[in-house]
Amino acid sequence: MTLDDIVSAVKAAHDAAKQAPSGGSHAHLRIRGAGSKDFYGGLLAGDLLDVSGHRGIVAYEPTELYITAKCGTPLAEIEATLAEKGQMLAFEPPHFSGATAGGCVAAGLSGPRRQQAGAVRDFMLGVKLIDGTGQVLNFGGQVMKNVAGYDLSRLMAGSLGTLGVLAEVTLKVLPRPVAEQTLVFDMNEGEAISRLNQWGGQPLPISASFWHDGQLRLRLSGARAAVKAAQGKLGGTVAVDAEKHWISVREQTHPAFAGAILWRLALPSTAHSLGLDGLRAIEWGGALRWYAGELDAVRGAAARAGGHAVLYHAPESLRCREGAFAPLAPALLALHRRLKNAFDPGRILNPGRLYAEF
Amino acid sequence: MTNPEPVFATDRAALVARLRTILPAHCLLVGEEDLRPYECDGLTAYRQLPLAVCLPEAEGQVIDVLRTCHQLGVPVVARGAGTGLSGGAMPHAQGVVLSLARFNRILRVDREARLAVVQPGVRNLAVSEAAAPFGLYYAPDPSSQIACTLGGNVAENSGGVHCLKYGLTVHNVLRIRVVSIEGEVFEIGSEAPDAPGYDLLALMIGSEGMLGVVTEVTVKLVPKPELAQVVMASFDDVGKAGDAVAAIIAAGIIPAGLEMMDKPATAAVEPYVKAGYDLNAAAILLCESDGTPEEVAEEITRVTEVLTAAGASDIRVSQSEAERLRFWAGRKAAFPAVGRITPDYYCMDGTIPRKRVAEMLSSIAAMEKKYGLRCANVFHAGDGNLHPLIMYDASQSGDWERAEAFGAEILELSVALGGSITGEHGVGIEKINQMCVQYTTPELETFHRVKAAFDESGLLNPGKAVPSLHRCAEYGRMHVHHGELKFPELERF
Repeated sequence: MTLDDIVSAVKAAHDAAKQAPSGGSHAHLRIRGAGSKDFYGGLLAGDLLDVSGHRGIVAYEPTELYITAKCGTPLAEIEATLAEKGQMLAFEPPHFSGATAGGCVAAGLSGPRRQQAGAVRDFMLGVKLIDGTGQVLNFGGQVMKNVAGYDLSRLMAGSLGTLGVLAEVTLKVLPRPVAEQTLVFDMNEGEAISRLNQWGGQPLPISASFWHDGQLRLRLSGARAAVKAAQGKLGGTVAVDAEKHWISVREQTHPAFAGAILWRLALPSTAHSLGLDGLRAIEWGGALRWYAGELDAVRGAAARAGGHAVLYHAPESLRCREGAFAPLAPALLALHRRLKNAFDPGRILNPGRLYAEF
Repeated sequence: MTNPEPVFATDRAALVARLRTILPAHCLLVGEEDLRPYECDGLTAYRQLPLAVCLPEAEGQVIDVLRTCHQLGVPVVARGAGTGLSGGAMPHAQGVVLSLARFNRILRVDREARLAVVQPGVRNLAVSEAAAPFGLYYAPDPSSQIACTLGGNVAENSGGVHCLKYGLTVHNVLRIRVVSIEGEVFEIGSEAPDAPGYDLLALMIGSEGMLGVVTEVTVKLVPKPELAQVVMASFDDVGKAGDAVAAIIAAGIIPAGLEMMDKPATAAVEPYVKAGYDLNAAAILLCESDGTPEEVAEEITRVTEVLTAAGASDIRVSQSEAERLRFWAGRKAAFPAVGRITPDYYCMDGTIPRKRVAEMLSSIAAMEKKYGLRCANVFHAGDGNLHPLIMYDASQSGDWERAEAFGAEILELSVALGGSITGEHGVGIEKINQMCVQYTTPELETFHRVKAAFDESGLLNPGKAVPSLHRCAEYGRMHVHHGELKFPELERF
């Protein structure tokens, strides 16, 4: 599938939307790469726009620290290419089943290393976007610093394809750490939250943390000497299955993520235990917490703690009732609608994937 | 270029009368003598008196001012310390300046959560000073950090010498509180790692006061590294120095800072600061390593190996904190040092891929001859962000126009080399024409639609950051004849 094919599909849908009577139903497009995150967000609606065929690495410059890939390029291919030069996508995105570059940015999901390196949006340098009218637009670029115009490429991270088809993305890459070591500690939830925040305030090379069922795993990454020194300072026991473990956390194949209903809570890292049943795991130094089960109180508890709860894994009926994402205040929702309208006036792209209202 | 469009029909007397009802006398300036200090920001070549300057002390007053201006259809230009270098805070002739200077309180420094909540008029360095007792600091450190404010940093997405490793403002701000032109308050971002909906925080940061007025900022604080050391390397050729930068990155090293200065820059700096720079070198590199003592020792060894292999003619490693600061003092004083050897200078801010540094420098050398002006070059080399300092004399007829054309050519070459017209100073009014070169018409139209989603009436900082299509059409016509302009002193618009 070429860029022109995608443009034609979007233009056709846009034209159909223009001709449809106001308020009437018209063609919607459901953008899909590998479909590895079909479970995520609102309900899927519209004709399938399969962009998985628009694939391939367009440019990779190790000394410029960026890679540009077409949206359908599998992350596995990108990461293998980076690994040859000792580099990586530092936000450690999940692959699930064959995730692509475009889907990775659109969903905006980051993995364990997010606590040290930053999220997808922090690594967005540029995007080639097809807006809802079929125009091909380039925002950002391939350089590290660029403040010309509004930062619309970062805005795409987590927009779930509602603002445009991300035909091509440019991501900042980083060198892989020279050394890594994972330490294991036995401790309860409260102790883990408190220790993680204490350590976070010290110059320690902690690149990931994962608490589950009374056990905290801490990954150290950096210069050999720094990892060794931190290990001496922190204690704990050295994990033997570290690499496998962190892949299972990134891919959410770890038993902590099992179950039909899973909530993802982003919170201030210092938030005390929410006192809810069903806590399955804590990541990102205390800032990401996973809960299982049908929990009525979870959105309120997350909001009171200064964060928000995503209904991450759930049957369709529950997602319909609750919405995948925490509701927006009316003024903020109105602003979202106006932004959506700025990119996709016919509202043809991934309607309802982020919020039912647009 | 100094008159930003569009033009507004403001009734000055009616505006001032309304402002007097919402602001106490000491929060409103209307006399010409009082307005004069606000006529420009750090880019002094562009000046314009506003109709009034509002100095609110509380968010409620900000809301009232914005609502009033919205009702009356009066442009509003928000302003922090006025240190910006692109004219982003230059007033509008028919508008008011909304100074956030009195929003200067640090509201909270949270050691455990590693964050600070500050008002937008707080100075960048003051945040790090307040966090220092906890072993924490705020990472972005623009060279104006003793004066520039957080509100301005948010508006410009400011960088600094350490952003290669620690990121820009956008990577270090967690939350902002924003008032829209209609007086509505939005909380954007949070103390959690992400927020529901679109990433409006990324959109607002660097939006140059075009989308809203920030009244509160929550920033991330990071642990202060135990140790920092600088390697200073001399090169007899700027191309070699550029290649050395790429070689460091290729070796898997992300230094805390990686700066380059060419010979004209070191020659200006050395008599002024006595930093100990090698004045025979065509270019010098400063490469900083920070972290634990073990980490720093390991990295310095590797950096030294790479620089030696890249052909450095001399390498020195700072042996004390005093020496490290001295090495940096020269780089940090580069602008004032150049200011000592020329009546005026014009600082540019393009970014290019690192590998094109040598090419850019030789083009700049050719431009020096073409325009008959000298240029010293300092770079955030690690980021490919160059700051050519074009020297001119504003009292000489035609000098400024030639400097401006020289700068425009550098920016347009930056785009041609695969870079951007601005890395950290913003577009403001200065680079408004070059936006027409970097973006296509549909892209500019998208920017305008985004602006309208926040500010439909177009009252926030009108005429800045994103050019009108009309302006681009004019500039395009101009541009064709650029090289042939016989009378560069003539006004072009």
